Amino acid sequence: MTATLTLRDDLGSIGARTGFTRNNYKITPGLYCLGDAGKNSPVLVTANYKLSFDALRKELMGQNLWILVVDTRGINVWCAAGKGTFSAEEIAYQVQRAQLDQIVSHRELLLPQLSANGVAAHELKKLCGFRGRFGPILAADIPEFLRTGETSETMRTVTFSLRERAVLVPLEVCMTLKHLFVAAVVFFVLSGISPDFFSLGLALNRGTVLLLATLMAIFAGAAATPLLLPWLPFRQFWLKGAVVGAIAALLLFAGLPLTSSIEKIAIFLWVSGSSAFLAMNFTGSTPFTSLSGVAKEMRPGLAFQISSTVLAILFWVAGPFM
Amino acid sequence: MQGFRYLDDTAILRLSVEKCIGCGNCLLVCPHRIFQVQDGKAEIVDRNACMECGACAKNCPTAAIYVNPDDGCGCAAYIINSWITKIRGKAASGCSC
Ligand code: SF4
Ligand code: SF4
Repeated sequence: MTATLTLRDDLGSIGARTGFTRNNYKITPGLYCLGDAGKNSPVLVTANYKLSFDALRKELMGQNLWILVVDTRGINVWCAAGKGTFSAEEIAYQVQRAQLDQIVSHRELLLPQLSANGVAAHELKKLCGFRGRFGPILAADIPEFLRTGETSETMRTVTFSLRERAVLVPLEVCMTLKHLFVAAVVFFVLSGISPDFFSLGLALNRGTVLLLATLMAIFAGAAATPLLLPWLPFRQFWLKGAVVGAIAALLLFAGLPLTSSIEKIAIFLWVSGSSAFLAMNFTGSTPFTSLSGVAKEMRPGLAFQISSTVLAILFWVAGPFM
Repeated sequence: MQGFRYLDDTAILRLSVEKCIGCGNCLLVCPHRIFQVQDGKAEIVDRNACMECGACAKNCPTAAIYVNPDDGCGCAAYIINSWITKIRGKAASGCSC
C-alpha cells in the first residue's frame, strides 16, 4: 500500500461525498502495512469507509505503522460506532483473523476517539489480549499523538467548523435532489389545475415557478442553514431553517413572475416549511445534537412543516381560480 | 464548541457518584468537556453540552453512568422512522447515514 493519494482517489472521494456512489467506497477489512512497519510499530484501528481510511493515510505519510481496518460495511467511524458495527467484538475478530499477536510484539491498539460510543476499551483486553487506547478525534492530530503518547484536551474535543460543515453540504443537497424528479411531476400536475379542468400552459409556467422555489428551499435548508448554523437565531434547527427559508422566499419574489398575492403566500409557506424540514434533518449530521433534543424539537417542527405544506398546496391550487 | 449549544435541560445523562471509582475514562472519551474528576470522583460540569453519544457510559468500568439508551444517529429521518414503527408495529428501517 502506498501513502500517496492519486487523482482517482480524489475523484472517488467526490463520488462518496455527493452520495451517488457512497455505497461502493469500502476498503477490504484486514491489516495494512504502512511504510516499513515492524514488530514494535503502533497499530491504528479504523473503519473500512474510504474517506476515513484516506484521511488516515494522508496524515500518516512517511510513518511506519500498521492499520487494522475493521468491517463497518463502508460506514464511517462515528456512525458505525453508533450503529454497533464498530465494536470491541469486531475489532477482536479482525485482530485474530490477521494473527496480530504474531506480527507485533506489543499488545496495544490505538482507537479513534469517535469510536468510543461503540467500543468499550476495557472489554478488548478480555476478547483478544490487546489493550485499547483512544487517540485523537482528527487524523491530523495522530502524528503528534504518536510522538507524545498523549491526547490534549483540544484533540479530544469535537469541532464543527465552517469547513467541516461545508464538506457535508453536497451530501445533504444530493440526498434531496434524488426525490426531486417525483416532486416535479406532482408540481406540474398541481400547477395545471384550472377553472377549465386542466391547462398545459399553466402547468408548464406555474410548475416551473414551483420547481425554482423548491430549488431555493433546498438551497436554504440544506446548504445555507448548515453553513450559517452558529450565526442563525434560535437553537432548534427547524426554526433556524424556517428563518432562512422565509428570507429565501422574500428574495425569490424579486425574481419570480408572481402577480397574485395568494400565490406569493403559497410560495412563502412552501419554501419556509421545506427549508425548516431540511434544516431539522441536518441534526443527524452534527456532533452536538442529542437524540432527546431532536425528538423534542420535532413535535413543533413537524406541526409547522405539515401545516405550512398543506396550506401552501391549497393556496397554490386556488391561484388560477382567483 | 463555542457557538454550538443545543437545547438546555433535555439530554438524559446521569452519574452515580457511589459507583464511580474515579478512573477518568469518561473524561477521556467524551467529545465535549462534560466531566471533571476531582478527589477520586467524576462530576458533571456541563450537562447541557451532552449529545447523548453514549461513549462515557460504554467505557465506564463500573457502569456508573446512564445515558439515553435510544440509539441511532440523532437525525430526524431516524426518529420519524421509529415513530412510524411504533404506530405500525414493524421493524425500523433506520436512516441512510
Ligand atoms: S454521552 Fe457523549 S457527550 Fe454526553 S457526556 Fe457521555 S461521552 Fe460526553
Ligand atoms: S468512567 Fe465511570 S468510574 Fe471512571 S471516572 Fe468516569 S464515572 Fe467514574
